[in-house]
Amino acid sequence: MCLGVPGKVMSVDGLVAVVDFWGVQKQVSLHIVDEPVVPGDYILNHVGYAIRKIPQEEIAETLAMYDELLDGKPEDLMRQDVESEVGASRERPS
Amino acid sequence: MKPGEQLKFRDPVRAKALTTRLEELVKEIGRDPISVMHVCGSHEQAIARFGLRTAFPLKLDVVMGPGCPVCITDVPEVDEAVALALQGVRVCTYGDMVRVPGTVKSLADVRGDGANIEVVYGIDQAVELARKSTEEIVFFATGFETTAVATAAALLNDPPKNFSVLSAHKYIPPVMEIVTEMPGSRIEGFLAAGHAAIITGSGVFEAFVNTHKVPVVVAGFEPLDILAALVKLVELVRDQKPEVVNMFPRCVTHEGNKVAQEQLWKVFTPTGGRWRGIAHVPNGNLRLREEWAAFDTRKRFNIDVSRLWDYAPPKLLGQCICGEIMSGSKSPKHCALFGKECLPENPVGACMVSSEGTCRIWHQYGGHLDLRGIS
Ligand code: SF4
Repeated sequence: MCLGVPGKVMSVDGLVAVVDFWGVQKQVSLHIVDEPVVPGDYILNHVGYAIRKIPQEEIAETLAMYDELLDGKPEDLMRQDVESEVGASRERPS
Repeated sequence: MKPGEQLKFRDPVRAKALTTRLEELVKEIGRDPISVMHVCGSHEQAIARFGLRTAFPLKLDVVMGPGCPVCITDVPEVDEAVALALQGVRVCTYGDMVRVPGTVKSLADVRGDGANIEVVYGIDQAVELARKSTEEIVFFATGFETTAVATAAALLNDPPKNFSVLSAHKYIPPVMEIVTEMPGSRIEGFLAAGHAAIITGSGVFEAFVNTHKVPVVVAGFEPLDILAALVKLVELVRDQKPEVVNMFPRCVTHEGNKVAQEQLWKVFTPTGGRWRGIAHVPNGNLRLREEWAAFDTRKRFNIDVSRLWDYAPPKLLGQCICGEIMSGSKSPKHCALFGKECLPENPVGACMVSSEGTCRIWHQYGGHLDLRGIS
């Protein structure tokens, strides 16, 4: 419950962003992130809220770590935590 | 899996250099053991998952402290949620909270008695539920500052009147003081959790370091991040330099996320309270400020926990040593129930329920992870 999860911002509407997490698109709140966020940025999501915009030069490094975690077995606790963080963002209204 | 196989680093050369350096530092200090503590379930998961303890020097003890938000949620706080649910109020909470034992019952236990418990991934889902109904919706809010900021933001964003928050949020910096001051504490340094520090900033630890003369290093979650942070921490221990060092600058700044902090303190105020099995922690609990009384479950409802005393407490809970594990004086291998009566599918204590609990993590990744020397 402490690990944020990175995702790519697809669109922004006021303080709500649509964010792509490994192909799953979800709504994430931008209420507490402290920098302007635009499509193409990467953010760290925690329980449905972006807590930080990831600086450009650190995106690759950050994503690599999560790729490795998601490579774990389905019962792996870190993989499960990452997956539930992705789930924490709201479904996109269709 | 053999311990050696767990050591999969993206950069084995750097990993080797770091473990060699760690070994040298520990030798230079020459004491046994040197004990440092981390306060984050995700750190323990990473240490266990990547078999890092096999790479630590034998004389370096890296223990997990009270870093599992689910586990430190106190028994009376769970009791409040359970009592409310039994009173017929719909209670929403994070998945791991459902099986955490109260004095006599967990939320999962009373589901069978007709209580309406809803698992949500985030507070916004609970707010959504409240918007769609006229029924009272209580969000049982747990977690450290990283999660509390989401609760604060949700309350500041005009929630419906039938929504309220039962706050069991906790604030990490004060508990570090308590654990350090405990009689017999051997903790010589702390690794602070990177993602909580995104919110508070690394500067939040300076007051603690100045008064307690114990170094704090902010660390990320990559195996290499953890190793590099440990090297820095043990260096500070060797040089007797009580400082705060941020070894996770790709996420954490000195002042943290000001926008989030502002919202956090607009909604919450720190008060003293117990952390499960550990101690009373002055300023360790985050409670809603007076201005938020309308959304404070404790003000909105008369929570009658006395009805719980009709139930008998679970038999084995008295033998659970979660509290001693979370304060760093014991490890799961000291618990007679570990892996026997207490299992992830049938947990006795909170540390076996949560994916961030020490017992659950040790169980998941192969019991005792003290495999040093084998490789
Ligand atoms: S193994 Fe179970 S009973 Fe023992 S300390 Fe851990 S949670 Fe408590």
